[in-house]
Amino acid sequence: MSDVEIKTLTMNFGPQHPAAHGVLRLVVEMDGEIVERCDPHIGLLHRGTEKLIEYKSYLQAVPYFDRLDYVSPMNQEHAYALAVEKLLGIQAPERGQYIRVLFSEITRILNHLLNVTTFAMDVGALTPPLWGFEQRELLMEYYEQVSGSRMHAAYFRPGGVHQDLPDGMLDSMDGWLKQFYPFMKDIEYLLNENRIFRQRTVDIGVVSAEQALDWGFSGPLIRASGLAWDLRKSQPYDVYDRMDFDIPVGKTGDCFARYLVRIEEMYQSARIMEQCVKALRTVGGPVRVDDRKISPPRRGEMKGSMEALIHHFKLYTEGYKVPAGETYTAVEAPKGEFGVYLVSDGTNKPYRCKIRAPGFPHLQALDMMTKGHQLADMSANIGSLDIVFGEIDR
Amino acid sequence: MASLDRTARAFLLSELVAGFVLTLKYMFKPKVTVNYPYEKGPLSPRFRGEHALRRYPNGEERCIACKLCEAICPAQAITIEAEPRDDGSRRTTRYDIDMTKCIYCGFCQEACPVDAIVEGPNFEFSTETREELMYNKDKLLANGDRWESLIAANLHSDAAYR
Repeated sequence: MSDVEIKTLTMNFGPQHPAAHGVLRLVVEMDGEIVERCDPHIGLLHRGTEKLIEYKSYLQAVPYFDRLDYVSPMNQEHAYALAVEKLLGIQAPERGQYIRVLFSEITRILNHLLNVTTFAMDVGALTPPLWGFEQRELLMEYYEQVSGSRMHAAYFRPGGVHQDLPDGMLDSMDGWLKQFYPFMKDIEYLLNENRIFRQRTVDIGVVSAEQALDWGFSGPLIRASGLAWDLRKSQPYDVYDRMDFDIPVGKTGDCFARYLVRIEEMYQSARIMEQCVKALRTVGGPVRVDDRKISPPRRGEMKGSMEALIHHFKLYTEGYKVPAGETYTAVEAPKGEFGVYLVSDGTNKPYRCKIRAPGFPHLQALDMMTKGHQLADMSANIGSLDIVFGEIDR
Repeated sequence: MASLDRTARAFLLSELVAGFVLTLKYMFKPKVTVNYPYEKGPLSPRFRGEHALRRYPNGEERCIACKLCEAICPAQAITIEAEPRDDGSRRTTRYDIDMTKCIYCGFCQEACPVDAIVEGPNFEFSTETREELMYNKDKLLANGDRWESLIAANLHSDAAYR
């Protein structure tokens, strides 16, 4: 009997596939239903953000960070604001720091709500996204109330945040937090024990702790593989060192563990939000640095004082000069370690701004995770990776 | 005993039935959706929507062509040309915003020293052609006239934070 040669079938997955989460194009080599190799082709959403930032003043670069990972805008602004502050040698005032931590956690919940629920949709459950988007809507209203925009906030600025929280927001957040815990219980009730969800996620895409380190994982993905690594604990920024929260760690490193880690992170984020809301009731003062060379004067002052008007004009045309130097500043974004490597040559524009997006190394590992699985498990893997193309293609 | 329990649950589809019961409960909760063109969600005074050029109460346009908005605009969506008017005051002869370039970051209204360019509460300005989104000064001033009462109220209620 002669040997039969089996040729793999090469297939395109995406970039218009609904389970591809954006513009992911995968070239998949299939042996029947089994994925032999999957090769992500990226770059369809490349906008040249890093290069564009080199031609923008430090303030003008802020909106670009919203548009990287458009599901967690404020965390990325946070990384950029912290990087610029480090080069300038300033620190945001206490109230500003609390507001930033509060909104970072709101963003984390926004991100995880989207990921967990659409992940459930990828594997066949349609109800969680419908419920989750109601909560997202409520949180995006907070976004809109502070910044004027529901997603692309441009709210965190180097030196603090743009405007103080409007009156009554803290009370409204208390109310939101009260109804959030029962809502999360409902989502868990639907998914945790559900046999369809479990069959699609348990033991799918197992990543060991060693593999997670080798592939450069961070965030919920590395925690699901059993490593308690969280930048908010290991190198706290802003007021995270005053916050009381736990790092959820998964045991198995499969899709289900990643789902559970994200669910628990939402509870922890809500805990941090509670502490921030409590602290913001007592911590007063300015929300951005009171340095006229960096942060523009208030409008009332600007209209009355010549000095303030000059500062206003200088800051909105030339911007501020940042002392020469370089920094790598990273924050724990919902998807993992989001870092900004900023090089300043002493002018009003960054010399170089390298963005370390967590989704990039995560996407690299898709081949390793999916090899030998069935095609349907690939969409479960993609969903659990939580990739967003704004940040991968930049 | 545990295995018996598990087997019973597996055959009785307990978690699926429980999920259906929960979703059924949600059916009887009040609806959270709004009937969009007739009902709308809430907007805060800080909302950044369609641009408008405002006038002073006496009808004089506010913009003094200082070009701060043009300078700060990260997307370079604003084009301004200016020369002195017959009465000697400095005014724009051209004020264009390319709404297809605009990223609605709100920097123009932050930069404006006379509150002339603002991003108003209107978010329903979709058009059928691309050309209609190249706003010129007439269109922006018309927007200002149309939305002035709301814009003024919003600016007033947010004044303490700005």
